[in-house]
Amino acid sequence: MSILRKLRPGWGLLPVAVFLALWELVARLDVLPGHFLPPFSAVVVEFYDLSASGVLGENFLSSLVRVLIGFVAGSVAGITVGTIMGWKKVINRALNPIVSLFYPIPTLGWIPLLMLWIGINEMLPITLIFICSFFPVLYNTVTGIRNVDTDFIKAARTLGASDGKILTTVVMPLALPNIFTGLRLEAGMAWRVIIAAEMVAIPTGIGALLMKAESLIRIDIIIVCLIVLAIMCLTFEKFFEYLENRLTARWR
Amino acid sequence: MPSIKLENICKYVCRDVNLTINDKEFLVVLGSNGAGKTTLINIIAGLVDYEGSVLFDDVPVDKLPANRREVGYLFQGLLLFPHLTVVDNIAYGLNARKWPQSRVEARVDELLDLMNIKHLASRYQRQLSGGEKQRVALARAIAPSPRVLLLDEPLSSLDAQTAKYLRTELKQLQKRLGITTVYVTHDLMEGVAMADRMAVIQNGRVEQVAEPEKVLFYPDSERVSDFIGAPNILDCDYCRDLGQGVMEVGCGGLKLTVPRERGQIRKVAILPRHIYVSETRPPGLSVNGFQGKITDIRPAGSTVKIWVSVNGTNLVAEVQSYIFEEMNLKVGKEVFVILRMRRIRCYETGN
Repeated sequence: MSILRKLRPGWGLLPVAVFLALWELVARLDVLPGHFLPPFSAVVVEFYDLSASGVLGENFLSSLVRVLIGFVAGSVAGITVGTIMGWKKVINRALNPIVSLFYPIPTLGWIPLLMLWIGINEMLPITLIFICSFFPVLYNTVTGIRNVDTDFIKAARTLGASDGKILTTVVMPLALPNIFTGLRLEAGMAWRVIIAAEMVAIPTGIGALLMKAESLIRIDIIIVCLIVLAIMCLTFEKFFEYLENRLTARWR
Repeated sequence: MPSIKLENICKYVCRDVNLTINDKEFLVVLGSNGAGKTTLINIIAGLVDYEGSVLFDDVPVDKLPANRREVGYLFQGLLLFPHLTVVDNIAYGLNARKWPQSRVEARVDELLDLMNIKHLASRYQRQLSGGEKQRVALARAIAPSPRVLLLDEPLSSLDAQTAKYLRTELKQLQKRLGITTVYVTHDLMEGVAMADRMAVIQNGRVEQVAEPEKVLFYPDSERVSDFIGAPNILDCDYCRDLGQGVMEVGCGGLKLTVPRERGQIRKVAILPRHIYVSETRPPGLSVNGFQGKITDIRPAGSTVKIWVSVNGTNLVAEVQSYIFEEMNLKVGKEVFVILRMRRIRCYETGN
């Protein structure tokens, strides 16, 4: 029993290992037509080569910087505006219709407009990521703040707290789980959006590398890029999950 | 600690409420659901807008927002902040009033001691039992030394034993702190046990304000009498100390044993639901058990009222309908009744 229990955390890796082994086998046996599936080992070798030559690192870094700047700016703006909207009914009533109009627009739909407004430079992907994070984080923040039981606010008020104090010490902490839901979803989404943007409009970054590999029919490079992407989406989401647990698990 | 005066208060169901709560008094506001009890204390706390005037020590406080009225409020749902520990919950009101950190710590320690919750200091509310939450919430409410304490059915969610224990403790604490207190409840017996005076409110109107015995034995109106459950009230012919902390009182044809009182017992009251009715003689020694004849049976909602004549004295008992259906009771039938000794209330005058 104790050995089984020790192994349990690693069990999630078992299906992955089986999947990789099958992949290797199928590719080696050459059962698929057209040589369009390189074996896993070849992909690993390519991964190493790309890293060693600095191509992967360079493109990865430019994508990462865009995501970080756009996401941080978008989230901070989303939380700030969302908090004000959630707290002040008047402002919510004024801004909510506008937000409702913009929120459903798919982020990639902004690309043509932004290309004309901003031009093709670093600001373009950063602005896209900003839009991609801003609205959902805003939406979740407003929901989180408005969902806080108003009785808690009354309780804080009878204890002598001013409105500002109530907002920062009661309402915001209680809205954290909702805010984190927004952050967690968008952290992964930012990576999906940046790839699309780089594929369509920008000549650097992981997305651009993907497109180049496609034109050279380098399936191994495409797969390397996809793996990097998967890992980054997962890492970002897990990071916020961890942060959320650190901040709220004690009392939830 | 101030006296509180409500003048011509109007809000929701409340219409022209006038009520004075004396300095250091424990006033119980008694009423059924929707009678306007909570509205009344929300008005005192300043949590809702209202017409009329609230005065603390004859000074109007209508312009003061809730966070500056210096009231302690124990909410029905307690509303401990889930994201704060017990210590931080208690300290919340002190920090909100910008007390220096050293004083906050000293005061919190004092309250942890006072409420016997030192061992809970670093817990979150989800790690507390119902009774523990109660103590923490009370500690939080009284921490900033409020001028007035408002309690909204604070014990209604607890089991009977814990509630009884906390009731005693709460009452002692209130006397010790000498804090003007308004306690809202729908439970008559709870009110009687705790109140200096009771205010019975029905449909937003104050029907009677008096000492608990007055309300019980001399209800001002039919409405009050109905609300408190139309108790059987019996005049006593004599009373005699039996020792062992009990007395015997003679009320018409009944000889009742009741807990000893200091003065001369003039009247006793018992609610219909505190009288047991049985078709067979109850086994064992039955204190206050009598044999009588049913003179009337009337259904009353989920219960059935049964009039029983015992040695020429009429008693009304009340049983749950589903229990009544199990029994075979008819007008004219001989039955046994037991008046629960601990539930008998006495009205006495001096020696």
